[in-house]
Order: sequence, then structure tokens, then C-alpha cells
Amino acid sequence: MSVNRRDFLKLAGVTGCSLLAGAPRRSEAAMASTEFYGMLVDTTKCIGCRSCEEACNEQNGLPKPEVPFSSDSVFEQKRDTSPGAFTVLNRYPNAKNPGSPVFVRRQCLHCCQPACASACLTKAMEKTLEGPVIYHKDRCMGCRYCMIACPHNIPKFEYESAFPYIRKCIFCYDRLKAGGRPACVDACPENASLFGTRRDLLEIARTRIYENPDKYVHHIYGEHEVGGSGTMYLSAVPFEKLGLRTDLGTTPYPEHTSGFLYGVPLVFVLWPSLLIGLNYLAENGNKGKNHEEEE
Amino acid sequence: MKRKNNDTGRARNALHAVREFARFLASEMKPKGKIGTPFNVITGTIIVVGIALIAIRFYLGLGAVTNLSQDYPWGILKGFNLFVGVAFAGGAYVLTFVVYIMKLKKYEPIVRVTVLNGFLAYVFYAGALLLELGRPWNVVNPIIGNSFGFSSVLFLIAWHFLLYIICEFIEFSPAVAEWLNWEKARRVVEKMTMVTVIFGITLSTLHQSGLGALFLLAPAKIHPLWYSNYIPVLFFVSSIFAGLSMVIIESTFTHKVFHDKIGNTLRASHDDILLGLAKGCIGALFAYLFLKVIEMVHGGHWDLLATPMGYWYLVEVVGFVVLPIFLFGAAIRRRSVRLVQFTSFFTALGVILNRLNVSVIAFKWYAPVRYYPSWIEIWVTLAVISMELWVFRWVINRMPVFTEHPKAAKEEIIPVAEVVRWKASAS
Ligand code: SF4
Ligand code: SF4
Ligand code: SF4
Repeated sequence: MSVNRRDFLKLAGVTGCSLLAGAPRRSEAAMASTEFYGMLVDTTKCIGCRSCEEACNEQNGLPKPEVPFSSDSVFEQKRDTSPGAFTVLNRYPNAKNPGSPVFVRRQCLHCCQPACASACLTKAMEKTLEGPVIYHKDRCMGCRYCMIACPHNIPKFEYESAFPYIRKCIFCYDRLKAGGRPACVDACPENASLFGTRRDLLEIARTRIYENPDKYVHHIYGEHEVGGSGTMYLSAVPFEKLGLRTDLGTTPYPEHTSGFLYGVPLVFVLWPSLLIGLNYLAENGNKGKNHEEEE
Repeated sequence: MKRKNNDTGRARNALHAVREFARFLASEMKPKGKIGTPFNVITGTIIVVGIALIAIRFYLGLGAVTNLSQDYPWGILKGFNLFVGVAFAGGAYVLTFVVYIMKLKKYEPIVRVTVLNGFLAYVFYAGALLLELGRPWNVVNPIIGNSFGFSSVLFLIAWHFLLYIICEFIEFSPAVAEWLNWEKARRVVEKMTMVTVIFGITLSTLHQSGLGALFLLAPAKIHPLWYSNYIPVLFFVSSIFAGLSMVIIESTFTHKVFHDKIGNTLRASHDDILLGLAKGCIGALFAYLFLKVIEMVHGGHWDLLATPMGYWYLVEVVGFVVLPIFLFGAAIRRRSVRLVQFTSFFTALGVILNRLNVSVIAFKWYAPVRYYPSWIEIWVTLAVISMELWVFRWVINRMPVFTEHPKAAKEEIIPVAEVVRWKASAS
């Protein structure tokens, strides 16, 4: 389902521009940067205390929820993030060990090549050099294309407001720049959410799987999904059972449209010349006809 | 001294001319014909209530008036106004291509009305789009702001809309100049036609396909039968027959409603023109079907055809692509204008279906709670269409739209008295 380069060339062939089609450039430089921070969520360690939810709520000045953070009743239903909750915890059954259910956090994954940022026409969604994908509220025009694009359904829109914004986790960017860690990581009593550079986190994740091969699923969610993400997950239960989509592929989302966008300048060069040529032919053809008629 | 007198005289003249011009415009603003017609009453009510609803939307936010949700950020205000409306406006670029580039003089009599339609469609649907934005005042950001989202298909579309509206206005402006009797201005804008036509066709190609390319970013959310790498090309090709069938439909109506406005040449060649347009439709429909088949073979989702979504897909492709090909074919063989008109309706319906499928119905087809439009969304959509019809009628009743030649236009269309009156008052 992904547009790889071969497919793009096929497509370009259809539109007749295969000759000049350049190879898509990838913004791999950003991925290789050592300063690329992320978060590792080890769901086997999470006890479902909702400290992260509470810390996030406070940090971002979000409205207090109806059900207090100390209550377990919220787990009865699956919740989604909302304009008033940038991270939510959901409980899933554990087939291996029915006594201890799995708790999974849901928040922005801060993709390495985020769909939301490539969709945004005003650069209101921005992938920072440090890794977090942040939001510039003053630029946003509320088109909600970022919501269409995000494979994880993260950006949420304030439908009830006359002056609405998009709301999502911004990885506590201010704290990060001040040398701190995200509030939710700080608040986690079990170290289930770890903060670090993406490189280090991957190493930790691999080590954990290597040292406990029976405990973990041998997959780090977010290592390759849609081109990799800053937030990654470890689990003892297959990820598709935890509300995480495993059918997203590994193609970074911006590449889905880059083929089309690279075609744009081509069309701008080719079309006018083609049209002028056709026009010339048509005019000459008409002249010829007229001459014949005259004779 | 003398010179100064001259200057004040000139200034007074200019002032006089401006005042007269304003008076002329004011008189032209008045409606012509009866006011209390059923059409006026119905569309008038729709517009007035629509404006009130829009006011509520800006006061209370989008959530109060639409059924949009976190799962369905785009509803029919985008699905219909933008994706359908712009496809239907495709007639303008197809016809300017045929007439100005390919020099097929046969279609010249309907170029103006088609360009007018395209222009109004863009103005009104882009306008409707503003209502749908959460922060419409920021719409200038991608145009002037410090924040250019070059990587965004939507950025491309925003720019193209802006430029294309300007192009279409220039293409139509000879008619405006004739209405105002500005001969010099007419000659200037007429000279620009070729450039704007070429630029306009290029822009159209890109944003018609661009509207499809928007959805390339949602591979995991659109049903596999509708998601493919071909979406941009499919959108482009379907905009050709969408535009052409809209031209046929629109001419069916205008011929009834504006009978007295239509020039002799157009009246004589009208049937021929429609049959010719039908041939164009067949060609584009064939290309579209061909692409659909390749897409099917390439994607290999044959098994999905035997699911409810698959049946729906077949309804769209067989019912609204294959069938119109046959119907258009039969119509051309029998030279039946009626059947051509009927089939155009059918084809247009198919385009509506397709655009709504991609943007709304096949989008998150797996979601437990589906989106359906609220009555307010439907009402606002109707209000936008009504407003467009009013402006369309206003222009048709005043400007030489249905003529192929400016000279002929003056003789045939503008009542001589009116031209003389404006000239007299200007001097
Ligand atoms: S998860 Fe969604 S919102 Fe977060 S960075 Fe990725 S695309 Fe953007
Ligand atoms: S809603 Fe705002 S942040 Fe999202 S794509 Fe549109 S302008 Fe960008
Ligand atoms: S990183 Fe910050 S904004 Fe994101 S979920 Fe954690 S506390 Fe909330």
C-alpha cells in the first residue's frame, strides 16, 4: 500500500514524466542526530497508577477531569486522548497472565518523519531538532489535515470553541529545552516511562528483550513503524492486542506524497510547453484547412 | 493659470465619471424580473437561514453545528463543497483547452459561461471552505506568513486556488469589460487570454490531482479498494468528465431559464455541442475505467469485492462509470440530446459518490461510530449553492456571456438602449 519509489516511477510513467523524476530525498539527517530525544514505555512495568496522566494535566494546565486521577473506574472503557487529556492510560487483558492486566499509555509518538508536520500547510506542526513534534498555535488555521494524516489519530481539535486549537502531547518541549524530562516521565513511580536519546532507548529496549526473551514480544513498537518514532513501546503481549496498529507499514508518511510533490515542478515545466506546442499544431492545422478550402 | 484650470476641469470630469459609474453599478445591482418567484422565495429563505446558521457556527464553534468528531475531522462541508464542487468546476479548464489550445471553434459559444461557472464555483466553494476552517482568519498564513508548509499538498492546493481564481477572472473579464463598455480594457485582457489559459490548465491539472493526493497521507484509514497510488491521476481524469457533464447539465438549465439571452449561433449549434461534449465524456470515462482496472490488478484486493464495502465499490464503478459509457454511446449513436443530458446527471451523481466515498464513506470505514452530516451542514451547503446561483443569474442577466464574439455580443445581447445610456451618462 505504500508508495515506494518503484510505484512512483510507474505513476510518473502514466503521467509521462518518468524521465526527469528525481529520487526522493529522505530527511534521514534528523534521524541520525544524537540529540534526538524520545521515550520508552515498558508496558510490563506499568501498574496503571495514572500518575503520568495527572502530571501531564498539571504541566499543561488542562481542565480537571470529572473522575479523579486516583480512580480505577476509567479503565472500564477504552479512552482516547482528547483536547483536555494529552495522555490516557488504557487497560487490556493479559492472556499470558490473567491476574495482571496490561496498561498502555496513549499519546503522541513523535514520529521521526511525522505525517502531521508534512500535512500542515502553515508549519504549525513542527518536528524540532531535539525530537518532539510541537505545535505553533498562532500559525494554525484549523484545517485539521494533520488529523487526517496522523496514523495514530493523535491531534485533537477543540470543536466546542469559537477560537479552537489543535491539542496534543508536545513532549513537554519547554522542560526539555530547560534540560529537564517530560512531566509524565518524572511522575512515573515504576520507571515504566523512560526518557533518553532515541539511540540509548533502543539499546535499552534491545537489551531488555535479549535478557528476558520469554518475557517480551520480540518487537520494539515505534522502532520502524511509519519510519520510526520518538516514543517506543515494549510489551509482553502482541501489540495489536494493545490498541496499537501493527498494519501501518514502515514507510515514513511524508514519502506517500513526496512523489506527487516532486511531480509538481515537472508539470509546471512540461505542461506549458506541451500546450504551446499543441496550440501551434492546431493553429497550423487550421491554416492548412483554410487554404484547402480557399483553393 | 490656464493649465490649472484644465487640471481642475479634468479632476471634475474624473469625479463626475466616477460618480456616474457608481450610479450605473447601483442601477445594475437592482434585480431584473419578478422578485416573488418560487425560486427566489425558496433559495432566499435557504440563504437567510444559512447566514444565521453560519453566525452560530462562528459564535459557538464547529462542534455546535456539525457532526464532525475527533474521528471524522472532515465532513460534507469539505467532501461536498471542496471535492465535488472543484471537480464540477473542471469544465472550465477542459473547455479553454479545447477552444483556445486545440482551436475547436465549435465550442466557443459556451466557453464564457463555463469559465464563469468555474470561477463562481471556486469563489463560493473556497468561501465555504473558510467556514469549515477552525481558524479561518489564519488562512492568509500559507499565502503571506513566515510559515510555508512546502511539504504539504494542501499548501499547494491553497496557492493554486488563489492563482486559479485570478486566472479564471482574467479569462472572464472581457465579458466584464464589454458590460462596462471599456473597449481599451477589453483589448488588454483579451491579449492575456492565452497566457492565463495555459497557466490555468497547468494549475488545474495540479490541483485537481492534488485534491486526490491529499488522501495519499491516509493509507491506513481509507478502505483499500479506494486507496491507491493512482488517486491523484484518478481525481484528475474524473475531473474531466465531471466538468464536462456539469457543462451539459448547466446548459440544459440555462437554455430553459435564459432562453432570450442566448445568441443565434449557440442556439443553432447547441445540440451538436452537447453531443461533442458527450464524446469527450466517453473518452475520459474510458481512461478512468482503465485506470480503475489497473489499480485493481495492481492492488490485488479481489477478495474484498465480496464484502459490503466491495459491493458499494462495484455500485460506484459499474453503475456510475461503466453504465454511463454505454448510455453516452447509445446517445451519440442515436443523436439523442435527451439521453446525453440524462447520462450527464448520472455521471455527475457518480462523481459525487466517488468524492464522498474517498473523503467520508471509505474513510475510517472500520470506525464504530460513523459520520453523517447534520442538517445544518446540509443546509449551509444548500445556502452556498443558492448564493452561487443568484450571482450566476445576476451576471448572466447583465453581461454578454452566451456569445462567441464580442462584436456580435453587442448587437445581439446588450440591449442597445442600455449601452447608449451608459455611454451618454459617462460623457
Ligand atoms: S503520532 Fe501523529 S501527531 Fe504525533 S508526531 Fe506522529 S503523526 Fe504527528
Ligand atoms: S489544523 Fe492546524 S496544525 Fe493541523 S494541519 Fe491544519 S494548520 Fe496545521
Ligand atoms: S510528554 Fe508532557 S505533554 Fe506529553 S504526555 Fe508526557 S507530560 Fe503530557
